Amino acid sequence: MKLRKLKKISRRNALQLIAVFTGTAVFPSISFAQSNQALDRINEITNGLGATESDIWLDLPEIAENGNQVKVSFEMDSPMTETDHIKTVYILADGNPSPNVAKFSFTPEMGSCSATTRMRLSKTQNVYLLAANNNEQYFMTYAKVKVTIGGCGG
Amino acid sequence: MSSIKPRVKVPKEVSIDEIVEIKTLIRHPMHSGRMKDPEGQTIPRQIINSFSAKFNGKEVFQMDLEPSISTNPYIVFQYKVKESGKFDFEWLDDNGEKYSISKEMIVS
Repeated sequence: MKLRKLKKISRRNALQLIAVFTGTAVFPSISFAQSNQALDRINEITNGLGATESDIWLDLPEIAENGNQVKVSFEMDSPMTETDHIKTVYILADGNPSPNVAKFSFTPEMGSCSATTRMRLSKTQNVYLLAANNNEQYFMTYAKVKVTIGGCGG
Repeated sequence: MSSIKPRVKVPKEVSIDEIVEIKTLIRHPMHSGRMKDPEGQTIPRQIINSFSAKFNGKEVFQMDLEPSISTNPYIVFQYKVKESGKFDFEWLDDNGEKYSISKEMIVS
């Protein structure tokens, strides 16, 4: 229930609250510095319009023991017709050296909007999914992944 | 670059309107440009930067890959069967090389 309530608040506030809930004094400041890069990228892609938070199935491990191989899967409800389909899906990471991870371009021929790949995560962070449909509407969701051994190299 | 070999799994016999899963894997180091070799020298960036799937000549799926994608990129996606045909998969390397593989899919 708490999560649902949080989703209605803006992202920044939500992050703030989460930071407060999870404790440690250092965490909030780090989390803010990191968050910006993925959120900035979302702003850039959406031309400042931002994205609606929606029910996207984003599957990531809660704890990744090896940051070099983190499996990420997603699935979105979409009719995938010529007039209404998801066109692009971005995967963004807020704690990696660069926020961009992957960009998927879908077509109605695929019949469903779902894909899986493996990514690198350099440290514990939030992974964002941003989706755009053919009518230039944007949707997003995110998940936090705890990374035990970071990827990306030294 | 003979060590780079793509592998793709496409179901051979399918039925119309079935949504099939296509699994692809390519062996590639995906040097992010941040790793160091044992001598401490930075290994220059070299990754697969794009993947695309065409069905009977028409592009149905494309993906841009960044250095944050793991070694040996593994990509799974779905496709709704409309007719028999041939898939052409293509991976583009930073060094300009292309790796490709084709697979037939037959509607039974």
